[in-house]
Amino acid sequence: MLEEIIIAGFGGQGVMSMGQLIAYAGMIEGKGVSWLPSYGPEQRGGTANCAVVVSDEPVGSPLVTRPSTAIVLNNPSFDKFEPRVRQEGLLIINSSLVVRASERKDIKVLEITATDIANDLGNSRVANMILLGAFLELTKLVSTDSIVESLKKVLSTNKHHLIEVNKQALKKGASLVAVEIS
Amino acid sequence: MGKVLMKGNEVIAEAAVHAGCKYFFGYPITPQSELVAYMARRLPEVGGLFLQAESEIAAINMVYGAASTGVRVMTSSSSPGFSLKQEGISYLVGSELPAVICNIVRGGPGLGNIQPAQSDYFQVTKGGGHGDYNLPVLAPASLQEIVELTQEAFDIADRYRTPVILMGDGMLGQMMEPVEFGERSETEQFKKDWATTGTRGDGEPKIITSLELDAESLERRNCNLQQKFARIKENEVRYETYFLDDADYIMVAFGTTARITMNAISKARQEGVKVGLIRPISLWPFPEKPFIETRDQVKAYISVEMSAGQMIEDVRLAVNGHAPVDFYGRTGGVVPTQEEIYDKIMMVARGVQV
Repeated sequence: MLEEIIIAGFGGQGVMSMGQLIAYAGMIEGKGVSWLPSYGPEQRGGTANCAVVVSDEPVGSPLVTRPSTAIVLNNPSFDKFEPRVRQEGLLIINSSLVVRASERKDIKVLEITATDIANDLGNSRVANMILLGAFLELTKLVSTDSIVESLKKVLSTNKHHLIEVNKQALKKGASLVAVEIS
Repeated sequence: MGKVLMKGNEVIAEAAVHAGCKYFFGYPITPQSELVAYMARRLPEVGGLFLQAESEIAAINMVYGAASTGVRVMTSSSSPGFSLKQEGISYLVGSELPAVICNIVRGGPGLGNIQPAQSDYFQVTKGGGHGDYNLPVLAPASLQEIVELTQEAFDIADRYRTPVILMGDGMLGQMMEPVEFGERSETEQFKKDWATTGTRGDGEPKIITSLELDAESLERRNCNLQQKFARIKENEVRYETYFLDDADYIMVAFGTTARITMNAISKARQEGVKVGLIRPISLWPFPEKPFIETRDQVKAYISVEMSAGQMIEDVRLAVNGHAPVDFYGRTGGVVPTQEEIYDKIMMVARGVQV
């Protein structure tokens, strides 16, 4: 198993922490993991992204150029990474903010209005967790339990009250995929 | 302590603390600022001292002062700031003081940018400052290897009374991987009777200086330094090799570039091209042995670097005309992709096979 993921969006959408959660959870489950952030002179409104590798073996290159999965949270990220998803790969789109649709026939595309659904849950900032929940339901890369365990590490203690809404968002995201498959 | 997920820069800092480093003098610069920030928080916890200097030049001279007292001390920077430290590093060499200096390399020359690069290879392996000298240079490829090599760097520094460079690129500094900080079972003890902590009546005054106005005396000191460098070349070469047994082609790469190259090698092997890898871990002393052992059997070597071609000169010296040496590199903060490296392998393999 070798999953090479790129997660991209505006700074502040939680793309870095999504990647860290996957890496943490993979580590908890004894997998080889790496997390590599884009760290250019990023500016407000620009895009940020991170590359996460999860493997049964120790990770070789932490650099991902042809992702098996891309999760894109805004238009510039869609433009940049949609063409790079490898054949038979997965593209997950936050269609609340991404106005374009993928015309590729050689990949699986999943559109989720994550920002809208997050607003319905009462916290627009958990859009990332809805997408993450969907991703995990589709790929079973790591268990939701491991992600929740990782949340306790990524979030400082004074933010642990947010774990519950994050759990709800993960569950919601997973349920959307379940509906789609059935 | 089990595995933890940390950033490369933080791993260097924590590994230094594990190695007994309690003193850090630095100045922040991207992409290694997390190292400085970590030390600012961590060193007071272990009874050490962190000081943010007014400049890189001040920081390296503070390192000189602390090293004179025999303590384990460190500074870190990235390329432009590392250049500023060269005068002080030359003084450390001349005064035979142990210290560890970390360079998380970014794109140059000049102010360049903050993206990953390996273009300070010449600077770290061929001296860097003024005068006749070399420095041991260690280049980890993974965060777990940082843990081991940081400890090694401090040990080599004390063993030979020399500054040691720990070199990574911006990618290594910024990425996260699981690491484990094991306690070393045996630690070498170093006698530091040269430290300027007062004689307490135990002999002549102790003097640490790189100044020697008499030419013949300075030449004698230089001869002693050269003998020390020869001992380091004899004892401190580190490298790893992969798939050399049947290799027709051998890639040469260090640090994170070696990991990207390994992915390309795996793919090329699936296509039936017999390709291996030599990964220098000590950039100086450069590992000549794996080249001498293979250079009459292989069809070509390919050096892969995040530079316009610097390590390739050492590869050529080690191969010494026995086989062709090719090159693939990207510069200015562009990281070579595994696809590009794979294409290069296939191009060379097809070209030579025909």
